[in-house]
Amino acid sequence: MLRTRLQPLHPIAWWCWAGALAAAASRTTNLLLLGLIVAVCAWVVAARRGNSPWARSFGALLRLGVFVIVIRVVVQILFGDRTAGTTLFSLPEIPLPSWAAGVTIGGPVTVQALLGAASQGLRLAAILACFGAANSLASSFRLLRCVPAGLYEVAVAVTVAITFTPQVVLSIARVRDARRLRGRATSGLRGWRGLAVPVLESALERSVALAASMDARGFGRRVTSSGRRRATAVVTLGGLVGLGIGLFEVLDSGGSSGIGLAVVGLGGALVVAGLVAGSHGPRSRYRPDRWRAAEWLVLAAGLAAAAGVVVTGHTDPNALSQPLYPLGLPALPPVALAGILLAALPSVIAPALVPMRATLHGALA
Amino acid sequence: MITFDRVTVTYPDATAPALENVSLIIEEGQLALVIGATGAGKSTLLRCVNGLVPHFSGGRLDGAVTIDGRSTEQYRPRDLADVVGYVGQDPDASFVADTVEDELAYAMENLGVDPATMRRRVEDVLDTLNLHALRQRAITSLSGGQRQRVAIGAALTAAPRALVLDEPTSSLDPVSAEEVLASLARLVHDQGATILVAEHRLERIVHFADVVVALGAGPAEVRLGPPTEIFATSELAPPVVRLARQAGWTPVPLSVRDARRHAPGLRQRLATAKRPAPTVTRGDRIARVKSLSVSYGPIPALAEVTIDLHAGEVVAVMGRNGAGKSTLLHHLVGLRRARRSAVEVLGREPAALSASEAIRLVGLVPQDPGSLLCAETVEAECRSGDHDSGLPAGTTRAMLESLVAGISPGSHPKDLSEGERLAVALALVLAPEPPLLLLDEPTRGLDYRAKERLARHLRALAGRGHCVVVATHDVELVTEVADRVVVLADGEMITDGPARSVVCHSAGLASQVARILAPAEWLTVEEVAAALGEPLVGERSSR
Repeated sequence: MLRTRLQPLHPIAWWCWAGALAAAASRTTNLLLLGLIVAVCAWVVAARRGNSPWARSFGALLRLGVFVIVIRVVVQILFGDRTAGTTLFSLPEIPLPSWAAGVTIGGPVTVQALLGAASQGLRLAAILACFGAANSLASSFRLLRCVPAGLYEVAVAVTVAITFTPQVVLSIARVRDARRLRGRATSGLRGWRGLAVPVLESALERSVALAASMDARGFGRRVTSSGRRRATAVVTLGGLVGLGIGLFEVLDSGGSSGIGLAVVGLGGALVVAGLVAGSHGPRSRYRPDRWRAAEWLVLAAGLAAAAGVVVTGHTDPNALSQPLYPLGLPALPPVALAGILLAALPSVIAPALVPMRATLHGALA
Repeated sequence: MITFDRVTVTYPDATAPALENVSLIIEEGQLALVIGATGAGKSTLLRCVNGLVPHFSGGRLDGAVTIDGRSTEQYRPRDLADVVGYVGQDPDASFVADTVEDELAYAMENLGVDPATMRRRVEDVLDTLNLHALRQRAITSLSGGQRQRVAIGAALTAAPRALVLDEPTSSLDPVSAEEVLASLARLVHDQGATILVAEHRLERIVHFADVVVALGAGPAEVRLGPPTEIFATSELAPPVVRLARQAGWTPVPLSVRDARRHAPGLRQRLATAKRPAPTVTRGDRIARVKSLSVSYGPIPALAEVTIDLHAGEVVAVMGRNGAGKSTLLHHLVGLRRARRSAVEVLGREPAALSASEAIRLVGLVPQDPGSLLCAETVEAECRSGDHDSGLPAGTTRAMLESLVAGISPGSHPKDLSEGERLAVALALVLAPEPPLLLLDEPTRGLDYRAKERLARHLRALAGRGHCVVVATHDVELVTEVADRVVVLADGEMITDGPARSVVCHSAGLASQVARILAPAEWLTVEEVAAALGEPLVGERSSR
């Protein structure tokens, strides 16, 4: 057990851990492995989530995942390819004109088609669960605090945008209440029309008040030249975009794309350059998150899952997919299994947050 | 430290200037209190100090405002952030970060304060404002009073030499308000900060003030002076001052403690005087709440609350921030649905009624009265109010006029001051005269005069057989209107009794007059004057 500490784990460590798990999920349609990944996420979230309102986002994203699976299956039933196999039932086929060749509506629905769609849906749901876990363990706010000084303005804009949505939800509730208190309809077309204007108005008012508050508290004070700041921002953003594209390429090709790796390297270099150049800004940072042993271990645990799946992909590619012809239980490749199980370790490695009693207002908000 | 040199502010599209020819100097290390009637331009004055007016508001500023030698003409608000901290009227609109600690550090990060200093100042402020237990909490999970303290703390951490606060205690219960004001006083005494604060609830702050800036209606009426001098004649005065004038005490005492030195004589004269008999005649039951329990998730908001409300009575619901007052009112008005038959108004369940039916039975002025207003002009708002509740044209307008006179009918509700907006919302809800009338914190931003008129209206409504329920922190309002006080604590009803005994026997809820004249049970200056058979000195109302 590591030395106890008060500061929570570095948000980037959580996001990297979740990203690595998501990468593992993206490479497989094996129902057992995907289910295991979701379970690992849930386990770690249950053990180490914080007390912010965002800590509840894991549940929301799980529900979204279920919704994705359902949609994927329904779409498969209605419009999917007519794959061969055991027919479960048949829908009346709607003939389409010749220019719509390739699209079918209705027709026989096979077990294989359904299972294939469900496993693809589950893959997406597992990726969503990883994202939800990252958000619950380290809110996007905390992640944004880590951005380099060069990207600070962008980060603030994103922060404000994130707080904006719950504010709008609250303000809709308030305006609905107000309409009822004035004795007016709160539902139906008239009700909604009456809602839109005041909600937009209050959103606008809030934005102006927030801008005033930020200005009064020194936001946007300039010490370095704005040209240099802009240059660092462009370099860092460019690096991040490159990193994203490169990673996509690498993951898509299963780690064998040379160009992808090169782009990742270049993007990474640009980000580091931006970080270094932008770190001399006039701003300072309160209690910056620190990267220590626990962070390395959490990162390693995440990478173990990704590595396990990627290695299995090279040694035994069939084990990663759901066997459809013939139908069968998915395999349990030991390397991938071990990797994913290792990813559950952060539930012990990461520092536990002191749980704080929820309050009435917490529930109200 | 803060200098106004012949400052005139005119907002765009405004017919008259919001401030006219104001000249004043606030010395370093003073706590300056800005007083003035509703809409007198207090907020404008405060926003001039750090340049939000005119840099943010638009409009035109003639004359010069300088702070610590910097003129707001050349320096934008952000360039003044290290000199002056600003806490606006609505703390919720000012939060940038999501947790308390980050919010406190925000201004320092912008100013580039080094990390070690930052840590120390955050700890200092957490202690000063008693926030350390909340340091990692999400701001959205805090109560109103806690948020207000976070907003003040966020301005304090930048260690500004001057601090500007716009009604910092208007949404706080008496005890939290005292805490916040005491910490402001500490800043002035221990750290030499200069503080400019606008406040309507003078009784809470007057004894902390070094100077008072009194904004009158016209340019000649801006006065700056020591509190004793200003309050010797000011129309706006806290109860302690009014009692002193009534009893002829000089110099005018500003705190309960000073006043008590003069009190024995008055107490003696009052010993033989007859206390006004309770005039309340309880009518039929209008509403009942029967063992109402509400919880938000795992947290109880109301626990087994049972209250009967009768025609002809004014009931005050009190309790600290987050005690469940608003939840109770929301159930009474039917915004939230309770278990069946837990809430009844004239035998019907308010949540089950349609909106247009419900407003004939029960009306609520919510905590955020601005949300009731949605028309383009005050006039249109009043007309739509008449229309919504089927009243003869002009009823709402007349009601508004009787609450706060002189609001220009053509002005946009959003351009009104906080107090004026409240008055419009009050007029909209009061005009249909529903049998049960609920008001949630109805005195935010109202001056004494408007408050007195509101109190008179509420009493008159009760006299005509309505039942009025007021959820408030404002003890002085309670003493003026309430017959009965219900105190909630953590969702439980802990007291339900006649206003006089509840107010006089509670340390936190006692009014100023009650404290001065304790152990005799007197609540208001009016009562004392009537008992002595004297006319009320300094008749402030424009009846």
